Amino acid sequence: MNSTLPALALLPALLCSGCALPKVAPWERGTLAKPQMALDPDGLDAALKRHTAASKEAASGGYGVGGGGCGCN
Amino acid sequence: MITTRRLIASIFAAALGATAQAATEGPVPSCPATALGQSHTLDPAQLKGKVGYIDFWASWCGPCAQSFPFMNELHREFQAQGLEIIALNLDEEAQDAQDFLKKYPASFPIASDPQGKCPQKFDVKAMPTSFLVDRQGKIRHVHMGFRDGDKAAIKQQVQALLNER
Repeated sequence: MNSTLPALALLPALLCSGCALPKVAPWERGTLAKPQMALDPDGLDAALKRHTAASKEAASGGYGVGGGGCGCN
Repeated sequence: MITTRRLIASIFAAALGATAQAATEGPVPSCPATALGQSHTLDPAQLKGKVGYIDFWASWCGPCAQSFPFMNELHREFQAQGLEIIALNLDEEAQDAQDFLKKYPASFPIASDPQGKCPQKFDVKAMPTSFLVDRQGKIRHVHMGFRDGDKAAIKQQVQALLNER
């Protein structure tokens, strides 16, 4: 019992050591810097959607402060 | 104590995206890279007797584009006094670099290192990074990132290194 517990604790560490993502060096970010790699490819469109969602959903707990679903804020 | 303070200062500077001065004061690593679109090689370690400005850049890096007019300015002003600029391009596709240079022409030599061997030797931590090398071939200043506000300080450091004999 005393010897298996530390071994069990070590197991996740050993399992996870193989699944680490390779480190991307600062000079290797060319592909990541492309616009299509962004979380929001279209900033304006995303802002509009957020605004609509906030004004429609605020009453039911959308994004923080907002109106009462009238769409007028 | 002083080193701790310097470390903290550099961490803050890096966090703010400002020019951080690392305490790298070793000899400049040898790293022969092919001149872009040519056959001869350029090596930062072979600038003996000259002040070197070794810049690491890529076409996708925004601040790199900002730094090109400044490097042209440096080249024009200080070349006669013995300043040598080598801009190492780290694009994997040479065409990306060519397209960038059409938009932002350079009056100084460009070398190409698509495998990224040189930034490893120089321990580049940000894009762009420039290394100021004195006439003895020692790295004296490291600039991470580039902002318009950095220009005056860099010029001062270049002038100071040029004045050294």
